Amino acid sequence: MMANFLTRAGAGLQDWFNERAPTFGPFYRKHMSEYYAPKNFNIWYIFGVLSMVVLINQIVTGIFLTMHFKPSAAEAFNSVEYIMRDVEWGWLIRYMHSTGASAFFIVVYIHMFRGVMYGSYKRPRELVWVLGMLIYLVLMAEAFLGYVLPWGQMSFWGAKVIISLFGAIPYVGGALTEWIMGDYLPSDATLNRFFALHVIALPLVLLLLVVLHIFALHEVGSNNPDGVEIKKGPKGNRWSPAAPADGVPFHPYFTVKDTFYTGFFLMICAFILFFEPTVGGWFLEHDNFIEANRLVTPEHIKPVWYYTPFYAMLRVVPDKLFGVLTMFGAIVILFFLPWLDRGKVKSWRYRGTGFRVALFVLGICFVWLGKIGAGPGTDPVETIIGRFLTALYFGFFAFVWAYTYFGWEKTKPVPERVTTHD
Amino acid sequence: MATDGVDKGRRRFLTATTAVVGGAGIVVAAVPFIKSWEPSARAKTAGAPVEADISKLEEGQMVIFEWRGQPVWIIRRTQAQLDALPSQDARLRDPKSTNTEQQPSFAQNEYRSMKPEVLVLVGLCTHLGCAPQLHPELKPEPFDAEWKGGFFCPCHKSRFDMAGRVYQGVPAPSNLVVPPYSFVDDNHIMIGVNAEGAA
Repeated sequence: MMANFLTRAGAGLQDWFNERAPTFGPFYRKHMSEYYAPKNFNIWYIFGVLSMVVLINQIVTGIFLTMHFKPSAAEAFNSVEYIMRDVEWGWLIRYMHSTGASAFFIVVYIHMFRGVMYGSYKRPRELVWVLGMLIYLVLMAEAFLGYVLPWGQMSFWGAKVIISLFGAIPYVGGALTEWIMGDYLPSDATLNRFFALHVIALPLVLLLLVVLHIFALHEVGSNNPDGVEIKKGPKGNRWSPAAPADGVPFHPYFTVKDTFYTGFFLMICAFILFFEPTVGGWFLEHDNFIEANRLVTPEHIKPVWYYTPFYAMLRVVPDKLFGVLTMFGAIVILFFLPWLDRGKVKSWRYRGTGFRVALFVLGICFVWLGKIGAGPGTDPVETIIGRFLTALYFGFFAFVWAYTYFGWEKTKPVPERVTTHD
Repeated sequence: MATDGVDKGRRRFLTATTAVVGGAGIVVAAVPFIKSWEPSARAKTAGAPVEADISKLEEGQMVIFEWRGQPVWIIRRTQAQLDALPSQDARLRDPKSTNTEQQPSFAQNEYRSMKPEVLVLVGLCTHLGCAPQLHPELKPEPFDAEWKGGFFCPCHKSRFDMAGRVYQGVPAPSNLVVPPYSFVDDNHIMIGVNAEGAA
């Protein structure tokens, strides 16, 4: 009797919604229960979801931090210490936010590397790649703005160095830096506007871009470790005769898998934030535990680890404007990867040895440059190595273009279907 | 929609004018928001000139004043430091201070100052705005075996001589900035006001 009533009530509610918002149901099915993702996803395919998890963590912890943080040069540093010492569980919320920032970049870098490994940026997914790169760009800006807020020594001097990069632009540079700072140096005005951008403006942009990134992906469908298009393969699976045979519904199959890995990922994050939240000065730099002092420069000014590969490029180039151009160029060139790489085979499983070696070298360059950028920069030999690595970094893109444009690549035969089909 | 008797020219004109007027409105409406980021009246006032008393400044010493939130160094150089300046010319990027943006015209000379012994500089590295350190002794330093006194930036290892002139082969592109200043009398310097008058 009761069950009967609930069933009728449930069906009634569903009808009520369908009458008023008939697109909600199809929307859910398109993106969740009838979004068929390739069944051969491996562990590289969890990092997109993990970045969503971290994004939600950043938003939730960020909202709670704003309840205690004071965005003024006079109070910011002390309000962060207040959060750490006096606010109930404030230390946990702040460490979740700071650990989340680094975790965000770890999962995003792996997510991007996965995209290059399996050719996920290639036709028809160029737009997915470009939107993803925009997310990465906004994320870097968002992290920079956030790093300024605690108003420690690294906040202040990091801000000064990064803002003065815009001073390298001929003619308008000086006026532009004053406009960004609202003063003649990073000051209360700068901190206040960076707070506004960090907590409102850029998160809105970031959320919009994430939605577009996922929509663009769901239009064309996910790539997979074999780099074959399941939509072009045979049709018909357990759920639908029209769906790709090698696809399984995103929900519940991948949501369950992703939840499992998310639990594993959160365990690692929990270990960091309970036992080693600064990660030896890599996630939270030691100099940032000293309040900003505009008359005293820290001995080594260096950004947080996720910027150091690009910072190394800036440092090893002897000319200021050219150094800035090199640094930004290293990011901009990634946008063009789908058009530089003209090879038809997507996954590195079936690509030529040249590509596999080049990608491996690119990974080494990136990590090594990151190490150089995080160091004191006193060793002249390291500067030479840094220049060589910077050349190699850009060399990757030149090589991939030439390798595929002139047809030097010897690819292996790509299978008709994903290799794990039954 | 009925398309009979539609004046296409009139419709195009209306669409174009609406777009232009709307676009112009957006541009004009953006001005206050963009201008709101410029240094406020309060920030500008805080950037007013600063008077520096150098009556107690001994030979070889440096004092730091603050002007527009920037450290301004005043150094009374020794005769030995001044004598060593020409010997560095061959190792410098801009020994004759030809980059006129780095100093007012009165300081475009071999000492880069109004009075030879009194050096006034903005204490910020021209690379990325760090604060270089004063190493005044004329003796070999770990970062330069032929050191004749000057400034060394700990951030990216830029070096400058005792006139704030940048050495070759370092990241800093130009000489240290000489701010506008003028002597009120022998012992007082007004930082931020040029001898010619303008700030």
